[in-house]
Amino acid sequence: MNHELQARDKMAVAPEAEQTRPHPVFVPAVDIYESRDSLTLLADMPGVTKEGLNIDLKDNTLTIRGEVKPETEEGRTVLYREYQEGDYFRQFTLSNVIDQNKITAALKNGVLTLVLPKVEKVKPRQIEIKTE
Amino acid sequence: MAIIRWTPGRLGARTPWTEVERLRNQIEGLFDSLTGSGEKRGLAGAGVFPLINLSEDADNLYLTAELPGVSAEALEMSIENENLTLRGERRIPEADKNVNYHRREREAGFFRRVIGLPARVDADKVQATTKSGVLQVILPKAAEAKPRQIAIKSE
Repeated sequence: MNHELQARDKMAVAPEAEQTRPHPVFVPAVDIYESRDSLTLLADMPGVTKEGLNIDLKDNTLTIRGEVKPETEEGRTVLYREYQEGDYFRQFTLSNVIDQNKITAALKNGVLTLVLPKVEKVKPRQIEIKTE
Repeated sequence: MAIIRWTPGRLGARTPWTEVERLRNQIEGLFDSLTGSGEKRGLAGAGVFPLINLSEDADNLYLTAELPGVSAEALEMSIENENLTLRGERRIPEADKNVNYHRREREAGFFRRVIGLPARVDADKVQATTKSGVLQVILPKAAEAKPRQIAIKSE
């Protein structure tokens, strides 16, 4: 894999509700893959700590929120600003039935790994058809 | 047909272009107030990964870069004169072969970037840390690059 990474601007979204402290909200880049018994989501959220992360699953809607504490720049003069700091927000509608109690989340180097196990399927029932 | 000298912005000179200009400014102002992106237009961009922010005070330069998924071990930084070189690799572990991807937006690959620093720094005292996928570098300015207070005497 000899691919050179390209600089990409973060994609900003309009926040769900009006903010009291105006700051940008970005869409984190994600990978989502499905295996036989779970759904795994990886999201790039640099600057988000465990305390600032909020994951919510309600009525098949998965909401990921990440708050970023802005870098203190007091007394400093900004020379280049190529990226902005801001929070992260993204929502997904899940088609699978997820076992809410077994969701695991890990945060490492600004990457969120979310494993959403599927509910054990109801066994297909064989229906006997009688002929008379 | 009368030829009128084009003077943009002059009061009373109602050419179609002043009207267009005025409309454009209004639309831009409207978008900025809606999206709060007024600040964004000031973003400089070298277009090279990783994007950086650089600030300074009297003693130090402060550099930050967002590098999610890049561990400190996968990062290499060197300083030569006023050039800071940052290179590394972002690896994404391969998922199991039996999975099906729904979305694949994250990229893996290598990067290298040379950043021209605005001042000479003391390379021995540079501190670099990664925290939650953000690289933070504090670069103390070399003694000759620091602003010096010069006392002014009155006679």
